Amino acid sequence: MAENTAEKIAGFIRERFPEAEITESDDIFSLGYINSLFAMELVMYLEKTFGITLGNDDLRIDNFRTVKAMTGLVSRYVAPAPVG
Amino acid sequence: MTVVGVVGAGVMGIGVAQNLAQDGYDVVLVDLDEQTLDAARAEIVRNCRMSQMMGGPALDPDEVLARITCAVGVEALAKAEFVIENVTEDWDAKQAVHQRLDEVCAPETVFIANTSAIPITRIASVGRHPERVVGVHFMNPVPAKPVVELIPGVHTSPRTLELTRELLAGMGKKAVEVKDSSGFVSNRVLMLTVNEAAFLVYEGVATAAQVDEVFRGCFGHPMGPLQTADLIGVDTILYSVEVLYEHYADSKYRPCPLLKQMTDAGLHGRKSGRGFYTYSS
Repeated sequence: MAENTAEKIAGFIRERFPEAEITESDDIFSLGYINSLFAMELVMYLEKTFGITLGNDDLRIDNFRTVKAMTGLVSRYVAPAPVG
Repeated sequence: MTVVGVVGAGVMGIGVAQNLAQDGYDVVLVDLDEQTLDAARAEIVRNCRMSQMMGGPALDPDEVLARITCAVGVEALAKAEFVIENVTEDWDAKQAVHQRLDEVCAPETVFIANTSAIPITRIASVGRHPERVVGVHFMNPVPAKPVVELIPGVHTSPRTLELTRELLAGMGKKAVEVKDSSGFVSNRVLMLTVNEAAFLVYEGVATAAQVDEVFRGCFGHPMGPLQTADLIGVDTILYSVEVLYEHYADSKYRPCPLLKQMTDAGLHGRKSGRGFYTYSS
């Protein structure tokens, strides 16, 4: 699941910023051209794509810096799939 | 507490109302119908949620909304000490609103026209008290932008300017005072840049993403001109360029046909979900 989530998030970033060559651990805001407005879009994207509502306490920029951080954030909200 | 009327619950009016409420002012936000006001309230809640992420203060949406009264029609502004008008950059619409404000507001009310391109002296000519009309060009998103253009018209009184400066200081804004002229400083330059960027896409010289990448990568701009157009609103860009064209009667301000087509098609940018780019909502 995490892999799929990470791929989706990275895909969303690349769609908007084709020049972004990022790994899961790269700070997207340190690239210089992704600003906090895009962070707002990331919130909308995550909530819509994964059907979650992020708590106000989680709306901190650190949770959106890397694909890895966002994947972790999403996993805390998405209930694990039932086994068997 | 000072009561401030805000006319127009679009992108700018919402931002102005939120900014005022955050700083402790009592706000009366008016528009033409309940539906628009409901959408405005929802947008303010969303913006308050995001505030901290955008580098602003942590905000409780309920506390901010509690200071904002929504109402249909400018008649609700009879007791406002200041009225900040944020109607679209359409002269007929602005003129009608200022005429009505002149009729319903108290004799000492200060009228602040938030416009990006229409000369303040022209707006001030509509009512009976041009000395109490002043221009402020707020930037978007309003709560996040610390600097505004402050524009006195020909007849604006020193008292009106002083009161407006105090209000702006209360909103955490620094004012750069410039003379009255269509587009002031910011939009004389910005609108031409965006318009020319739209021409590049229209002519097939580059895609929107390429134009913006050049500005971000080569010039270090945080956003490219077409991202900026989507943020401001493609329709607003078109109106602003048309105002400049009409005012200066100079062909250098001719609007790009692509802006007209996008406006007709409802591709207005972030606020409509699609402009030069597509946004998730």
